[in-house]
Amino acid sequence: MGNPLHPKPTSPDCIKLNDRMSEHSLSPRQYMILGLVAISAPLGDSCLARGMAAMPTIAFAHPGSLIAAVFTPWIALGIALLIGFFASYLTALSWADLTFVLPATAFGYVIIALLARFWLNETISIERWAGIALITLGVGFVAHGPSRTVPVAPEVHEDTEREVEAR
Amino acid sequence: MIASLPAVPLQPAMNPWVASAMIAAVVLASTTGEVLTAAAMKSIGDLDIIRAHSGLKGAIRAVLNCPLFFAGVFFLALAFFALLFALNHLNLSLVGPASASLTLVTNAIAGKIFLKENVDRRRWASAVLVCVGVYLLAH
Repeated sequence: MGNPLHPKPTSPDCIKLNDRMSEHSLSPRQYMILGLVAISAPLGDSCLARGMAAMPTIAFAHPGSLIAAVFTPWIALGIALLIGFFASYLTALSWADLTFVLPATAFGYVIIALLARFWLNETISIERWAGIALITLGVGFVAHGPSRTVPVAPEVHEDTEREVEAR
Repeated sequence: MIASLPAVPLQPAMNPWVASAMIAAVVLASTTGEVLTAAAMKSIGDLDIIRAHSGLKGAIRAVLNCPLFFAGVFFLALAFFALLFALNHLNLSLVGPASASLTLVTNAIAGKIFLKENVDRRRWASAVLVCVGVYLLAH
């Protein structure tokens, strides 16, 4: 089975599409990795924040207590989630553009806000609802577009040749 | 004795230029890190395929053999410490949303210039929408 991200241009239509320099079609597995990136970063941050808030104040004079903090359950869980985030983020960047991955994964903020609203019963202000709506709209925009820029033959070379001839 | 000491405010009012410079440092370091990491991963190729061929160890080896990856991680670490430094002087409610949302726009610009990504109107629109959205949500 070929890679869905790199379809071979077999028909003229396909070549025409690739002229737009981008392609789109992610496998369910790739959507799952984007979802992991989106969820694990804010969840990991929340675990770290919760763990650090429970710790007594750490002074610069005692950096050793930071190492002890790593082994508390919330912080250990946060670090594990952030390692998972980095691994899935790197995987996503290996098959999709940075300008696709970053907005698409910002949807994690929305999921966390909705979890806070419906699971922890926190109140969400009008501004935050507006933020949720804007992020969702932005993610919808980018997710409907191509996920990866396909390198095309550089045209700069021809120009420089022309320039050389002109000289 | 103690009462006669001049009152020293714990957090003096921050010069807006200094505050902006701190946020700019976070955004700059993080954008550099993201772009270098993305360039590294693009040069390595599809990690899923590499993993299918040579297993998880092979995929990890491919990443660790790429010098660009370490340059990216260095700048991401720098961004993290710049963020910690900024948080020491400014409020989380300012630094967090400002750096997170500005980074989206600077990444779109850097992605277009350095990674030659096809940042079309759709991607600009989504970068700006998500940028404003993250600011509203996190503020």
